[in-house]
Amino acid sequence: MALLEVNGIHTYYGNIHALKGVSFEVDTGEIIALIGSNGAGKTTTLRTISGLMTPREGSVNYDGEVISNTRADMLVSKGISMVPEGRGVFAKLTVEENLDMGAYIRRDGAIKEDLKGAFSLFPRLQERRKQVAGTLSGGEQQMLAIARALMSKPRLLLLDEPSMGLAPVLVDGVFETVQRIANEGVTILLVEQNAHMALQIADRGYVLQSGEVAISDTAANLQKNETVKKTYLGID
Amino acid sequence: MDILRSERSRIVVSLGLLSGAFILFAGAVGMIEAFHEREVVDKFISLGQLLMLLAPFAVGFVAASRMAHTDASALTLLVCGAGVGILTAIPTVILLLFNSEEFRFLLDLTLKLLPLAVASYFAWQRYRAGADPRLVAGAWLAIAVLIGIVTYSFALVFEIKGELRTVLVNINRDWVDVVTFDHRKELMTGILTLCLATVASGCVGAIFHLIPDAPRRALLYGLGVTFLVGAFGETVRLILQEHLDRDTLKEIFRRDTLRQNAALALFVVSTVTGFLWAMFGQNLRHGISTMEYSQRRVLNGIGMLLFVAILLSLPWLIGRTLSDVAVTIGIFVLMGLGLNIAIGLAGLLDLGYVTNYAVGAYILAVLTSIGPLGLLKGTFNFWTVIPVALLAAMTAGFIFAMPVLRMRGDYLAIATLGFGEIIGKLAISDWLKPLIGGAQGVQAIPKPVFLGAELKNPEQLYYIVLVACLVTLFVSIRLNNSRTGRQWMAIREDEDVATAMGIDTARAKLLAFTLSAATGGVAGAIFAAKVGTVFPNSFTVFISINVLSLIIVGGIASNPGIVVGAIVLIGMPELLREFSDFRFMMYGALLILMMIKRPQGFIPSKIVTHEVRQGVKLKPAAAE
Repeated sequence: MALLEVNGIHTYYGNIHALKGVSFEVDTGEIIALIGSNGAGKTTTLRTISGLMTPREGSVNYDGEVISNTRADMLVSKGISMVPEGRGVFAKLTVEENLDMGAYIRRDGAIKEDLKGAFSLFPRLQERRKQVAGTLSGGEQQMLAIARALMSKPRLLLLDEPSMGLAPVLVDGVFETVQRIANEGVTILLVEQNAHMALQIADRGYVLQSGEVAISDTAANLQKNETVKKTYLGID
Repeated sequence: MDILRSERSRIVVSLGLLSGAFILFAGAVGMIEAFHEREVVDKFISLGQLLMLLAPFAVGFVAASRMAHTDASALTLLVCGAGVGILTAIPTVILLLFNSEEFRFLLDLTLKLLPLAVASYFAWQRYRAGADPRLVAGAWLAIAVLIGIVTYSFALVFEIKGELRTVLVNINRDWVDVVTFDHRKELMTGILTLCLATVASGCVGAIFHLIPDAPRRALLYGLGVTFLVGAFGETVRLILQEHLDRDTLKEIFRRDTLRQNAALALFVVSTVTGFLWAMFGQNLRHGISTMEYSQRRVLNGIGMLLFVAILLSLPWLIGRTLSDVAVTIGIFVLMGLGLNIAIGLAGLLDLGYVTNYAVGAYILAVLTSIGPLGLLKGTFNFWTVIPVALLAAMTAGFIFAMPVLRMRGDYLAIATLGFGEIIGKLAISDWLKPLIGGAQGVQAIPKPVFLGAELKNPEQLYYIVLVACLVTLFVSIRLNNSRTGRQWMAIREDEDVATAMGIDTARAKLLAFTLSAATGGVAGAIFAAKVGTVFPNSFTVFISINVLSLIIVGGIASNPGIVVGAIVLIGMPELLREFSDFRFMMYGALLILMMIKRPQGFIPSKIVTHEVRQGVKLKPAAAE
């Protein structure tokens, strides 16, 4: 059974019909890429899944349970963790405090262990653990945002445009990390404009176009698909 | 013309005119005159004159320091200082001339020639730019007539009334007395004295820049201490009165004014101390920082003990009048600490804090009053009502927070501002009049009784405020370092991300509002007990603004900052009561100055220092 099932959701910003019946599913252990151009509804889909927005129609099922009316903060304890667009680190807190915030919902004793785990995944963060997050570089902030999301021990990680605003050389590193996280058993739903990179690590992909799923296929097939190649990969 | 266009002369002219305009303005609004009432040093200088001389001194110093990089010689700096000084005097001198009988015709002449001059200037500019001569002539006429209507009517008024002060109320004999240093009769001598004084003070300012750092700081310290003690002579005398005998006091003060000898002695002593500190302070601090940990701990302990001893003996040290001020400061510290939970920790801009203050005060008033409005005469006393007031304020905070939970930033501020106004209107309304007395308020509130003794003096009430402040301080420090505090911090930084961390933002905000309201209620209850009556007009939006301002001036999210902010913004105006007309003007000037020069507040918290200093960098870099 799918870990996450999105069944025909319609989401509005006031009167603006942003999602017009988006459906897809994510199986346990998969990396799924949602690609599409600006305004296609990628971020809205993610915000709807994470509970920051409520769909007017349709439902979101997670682990066999309807979550489309559950508050965002409750979803964190159910195992859904989100890395928001533009990273959203707490700029005035230190790296370590940011990671502590990630473990906010946990009350078990293993937080210290997981902090070590996060530092071994991102050695750069260990060097800067006492530094204020706002002074990190863009790439380091992205690492911090991902590490922080992992601190809540999620089963499903929602990543919103992790490559945004990063130098190409750093983008490679970010996607490598995402791959490694997936290898450790975390299911990943990835929203990206950088379709090329996203499809390289993803198992399957969905192409969103003006609020609807236009194409869905395995990542390998999508990379070969003529429309996708032309529109999103820039290959003629 | 070249010399006028050089950088140096530009600095001198702009700064000189700035301080000149300041003095003219301060005179025209009556500030100099009002401040003249208070003598700083007996028969030597008044606060008004000090204010007048401080301006050229400051700009003289600034001018010199701005020229430091142009390797100007000492003589040049001196000339610049003098230039700034004379420019400072010029606007005031012109007004003095206009005001005098002999030179009144100058004013008349100016008012009559001004429209022609202005019109001709603009016409000439346009003509040179190649405009049609007929158009230029038309414009000349139009401008001349338009400005002329205004200036000619002024000229007419002055001609009929004969004196400037019919229009400018504060430009009167007293003002002339102050600015001419009591030479009203012989105007030329007066003008000369004024110019000499401003020039001298401008030069001193410039010279100050040349003095090496250590003695300069010492001198500044000495002058500052002397003038502060002089300016607050009444306050200092009140303190000393508690500890010195009458004769010694008479040696130092003539009524409330510092005597010349005493001022000189104070200046010498404080300068020498300042000099020693500037020379050896560094070594001392270095010595302490290299000390063994255990030794430092002992030193810290001694410091703490001393601090506690001063806190405990404060009413005895400063006497009754000042204890009363201390209680008022304490009440505001209490509110500052409370509001800081909402603003400093959770980032919720609450402009209706007066609500909680009013609820606390009215609860205490209604429950304990022995007057006609007292509900349960004798059942409740101060001590049993305090928890009730606290809970009532918390309830009010909770109720008012409910509808605004979804609002953010500016919208939240406006909504809370509205709540503050509602409470004010409710308190004065006829609807609640049977309960809380409407405009008459509630009277006959008994003083707190402790172990059979009535605590009716400010010296005794001080301890109640002190205990309340310490408890609040303790709670707020604990909150700051707790999981709850972290949760608020996350919301302050980014509400969406905080939600993504699993924080229930609605509950956290509700908690912040409710806890923040609690101390406001206690502060209100203490206030009501202190004053003995509760009137609706004590609860205006100014209370909310005051509390907010003291947090900002002291340093947002910084507990020591709140204490300093309360002393500066609440204590100082209490001590400067006789200048109450200018209170809000000075208040505003201070706030503007703070925001420009030290936006992080007097004693900033670590996080905020970071925010202000690196504000630009803190936004995530768009690209690597």
